[in-house]
Amino acid sequence: MKEIKVALIGTPNVGKSTIYNTLTKSHEHTGNWPGKTVGVSRGECVFEGIKYVFYDLPGTYSLISKSKEEVVATDFILFANFDVAVVVCDATSLEKGIYLALQTKEICKRVIVCINLIDEAKKKGIQVDYELLDEKIKSSVVLVSARENVGLRDLLLQIRESKESDYLDIDYGILNPYIHEVASKIKTNKYNPKWIALKILEGNQYYVDKFKKLGIEAKKQEDFNIDVNLEVAMKMLKRGKEILKDVVSYHNNDYEKKERKIDKILTSKIWGIPIMLLILFVTFYITIVGANYPSSFLFSFFASLEEVITSFLEVLKFPDFLVSLLVDGAYKTLFWVVSVMLPPMLIFFPMFTFLENLGVLPRIAFNMDRAFSKCQACGKQALTMCMGIGCNAVGVTGARIIDSKRERLIAILTNVFMPCNGKFPSLIAIITIFFVGLNKEYGSLVCAGILTGFLFLGIFLTFFISFLLSKTILKGEASHFTLELPPYRMPKVVDTIIYSIKDRALFVLGRAISVALPAGILLWFIANGHIKGTSILTYLVQFLNPLGVVLGLDGVILLALLLGFPANEIVMPIMLMGYLSTNTLVEMDNLNVLRDILVNNGWTVKTALCFITLFLYRFPCSTTLLTIYKETKSKFYTFLSVVIPLGVGIILCLIINFIFS
Amino acid sequence: MMTLDKIDLDKEVMIKQVKKECLLKRRLLDLGFVPGEIIKCVLVSPFKDPKAYKIRGNVIALRNLDAKKIEVEYERN
Repeated sequence: MKEIKVALIGTPNVGKSTIYNTLTKSHEHTGNWPGKTVGVSRGECVFEGIKYVFYDLPGTYSLISKSKEEVVATDFILFANFDVAVVVCDATSLEKGIYLALQTKEICKRVIVCINLIDEAKKKGIQVDYELLDEKIKSSVVLVSARENVGLRDLLLQIRESKESDYLDIDYGILNPYIHEVASKIKTNKYNPKWIALKILEGNQYYVDKFKKLGIEAKKQEDFNIDVNLEVAMKMLKRGKEILKDVVSYHNNDYEKKERKIDKILTSKIWGIPIMLLILFVTFYITIVGANYPSSFLFSFFASLEEVITSFLEVLKFPDFLVSLLVDGAYKTLFWVVSVMLPPMLIFFPMFTFLENLGVLPRIAFNMDRAFSKCQACGKQALTMCMGIGCNAVGVTGARIIDSKRERLIAILTNVFMPCNGKFPSLIAIITIFFVGLNKEYGSLVCAGILTGFLFLGIFLTFFISFLLSKTILKGEASHFTLELPPYRMPKVVDTIIYSIKDRALFVLGRAISVALPAGILLWFIANGHIKGTSILTYLVQFLNPLGVVLGLDGVILLALLLGFPANEIVMPIMLMGYLSTNTLVEMDNLNVLRDILVNNGWTVKTALCFITLFLYRFPCSTTLLTIYKETKSKFYTFLSVVIPLGVGIILCLIINFIFS
Repeated sequence: MMTLDKIDLDKEVMIKQVKKECLLKRRLLDLGFVPGEIIKCVLVSPFKDPKAYKIRGNVIALRNLDAKKIEVEYERN
């Protein structure tokens, strides 16, 4: 089959990933904030007998700068083997898209300009004369609205039909003689000599070295007193302006006024911070209230199946121990995890994705930046913290949006202070039992308030630890950064729900199950394996008990916190199993039973506080830890990511004990 | 000399130059912070720093420390 390789290029936040996802039917996560895509993803589709292979490059403002995603994109365009470059532009702000398109045309011969968000531009009263644009930019222009799946067929056709043209030739004015002089000595038919010459004049050592390795070498003759970067950018911008002259016209500006009005409220001196907290609170509240009933329904449903499965296995003449292993070990762990986790996730994730797609998160970063700069950290860390609430592993990967290595490490090392979604169900249960009381009026409201409070503590600790790190191990000044505040985009509700359930909730659930199953089986062995008449579980608990008591806990809780390393969701089930010393996980169809078990085992408000503290601040789960190692490529920082939260957790526990004693 | 961090809210100004010592210069050039470009401050964060500016149709937030490195002047009509 004929194959066409296509590189998707675009400035951040233009819906490149949406185009990629729609075409390749894959589910790269899209979000309304700049820098969502950090690596190069590959996907394919077949259309009219031709295989299209798409490479989704990270969003970049230009092909010159030094940030990580820009280097990834530029390197790919220069050195990877592909046929057609598609530059995705935002119809509502064409200038920056055209700027990037012009740069791409300096490097590539087959370029298509794909203009996305045409529906949004229409709504905003922005009129674009696309035919004129096509003529002026000398590349095929395709109009799409990826969200509505409009124009993508046309895009594929244009990719197929596109032809090679010459490299874009820009008049660089006073730089011309220098460029000409350097370029004339460069012999290559694979790259544009003029572009290489420009890099050499700019003194861009990275590309000078790269081309040297390819045997392309040239030197500039003399030093001259010209700001090359400025000249190049000015000329490129000027050409962009010329092209867009008469192409774009604005009709009404009401739309933008409305947007600024919302912005002024969300970032106002008085309301900015309270509104952010309110958003968090409401999200938690809806999750808690909404998850109650489906959770208990799932419990009784799975519990009723248990007998059926047991008798079925017995009919098949399974030996007793195997029936117990499968039902008490595997099945019960599994349904515990599913019943506790699934309902809150089905509610939390869609809401979170909604906020994300709406464009609220960059505003949060904007509001919070001052606090981060005081800690010598980057405001974009607020974004990675938000991601951490969904999943710490995602937050750690997301830290790639931070350019400075020092600030990125701070963001990675402190991400675990944001409680991930896997911790919420257990937290909600403990908070309800010990701090709110069961069946109280407005109980859920109070519970959501307390949960927000714990989150607040996490935010505070993040700042505190970031500050300490900046003063000690990761010394340095706050670096410089720009943060784009994208226009608000009303997410498509149905798509948001489908996406967050399919790709987030079920993904996290799948991971939890794949961890919970073996963990359940291991636990069964620990609980059922006996040495000299005493179960292994008892030995372990007795061994850990002294340390547990010092921390205001007991051996069982400590064991559960340790064994819960693969997934935070299974900490509670392990703990209950330990208490009942039954060989299995406990059926817990309501919180009354749970309360009785805990209270009978000596739990008090102090125990609950210490448990929550150490549960929140101990070490990242195995997945997150692995991600941290992959991202930092350093054993030292991975080690730190364990020691820091653990240290904080232990110190806080000791303080709580001191206060209560 | 007036710098970007000092301008009034919602008033258009023209960029005169981005000072050489500005470490963001390269990035700012890509975003259109070049002499002659029109820019205005559209948002101030709760703690007065950073502020957000509208330039070339985008809203970009900058810390005051960086905005200080950008010289501007009020547009003559």
